[in-house]
Amino acid sequence: MAVAAETRVPIASEADIVAARQQVRALAAQVGFSPTDLVLIATAISEVARNIVQYARRGEITLSPIEQSNRRGILIIARDEGPGIPDLELAMQDGYSTGGGLGLGLPGARRLMDEFAITSEVGKGTTVTMKKWARPHG
Amino acid sequence: MAVPILRQGSYLIASVQSELTDADWVQLGDGLAEQVGRHRSRGVIVDVTALEVMDSFAARALSTIASMTRLRGAETVIVGIQPEVAFAMVQLGLAPTLVHIVTALDLDDGFALLDRRTREDAEGGRGG
Repeated sequence: MAVAAETRVPIASEADIVAARQQVRALAAQVGFSPTDLVLIATAISEVARNIVQYARRGEITLSPIEQSNRRGILIIARDEGPGIPDLELAMQDGYSTGGGLGLGLPGARRLMDEFAITSEVGKGTTVTMKKWARPHG
Repeated sequence: MAVPILRQGSYLIASVQSELTDADWVQLGDGLAEQVGRHRSRGVIVDVTALEVMDSFAARALSTIASMTRLRGAETVIVGIQPEVAFAMVQLGLAPTLVHIVTALDLDDGFALLDRRTREDAEGGRGG
């Protein structure tokens, strides 16, 4: 089965958060994720997309199907050139938010995905890299 | 997309038909708080069966809706959270946020729950 190449989703408004969820679902379904995993992935992308809109105003999320030793998965990279995060350790704690939210976005997204990395530089921007691997299902 | 709010007796029913933006959630909360007053509703059902994702913003919106309508004298029941969505919400860490929210499996159970609760309220009122 042919799988689409990299998909770029520009994020600049609340409507783009919904669009990102729908696009990642479509791609993840092609990769072969279970219905439960589709929801986990869509929820994770919703959180990182909202962070972009809320803190950086605009950015971009790229979605790519990936393969590694007979397993297939999805790579999600969310980039912005916003204000950056001064204290990443703090930002990854449950309940910490500077934006009036629940403070579950980043730590929650990490729990929903298999691999999660974040880099940020104050004044330059933030990049979140997440992967999820499909489990064989019947 | 705006969520239609229907009235059935002393209850309001908001049936979410498609994925909502953050602004749609806020609008739904405002609409319910206003209509509870206008129709003197005793109960509100928010049906989220059609939703494939409930993230932290949606959870906070539901929590706000439940609190707001309670302050306006109505009980809110959330119905139709799909099993995959429930799993994702727990993984995300939303359980503590939603602990005070009343839920039911589907619309029928939601109505039954509201009937029971509003009847208890009425009986409690007479007794006290």
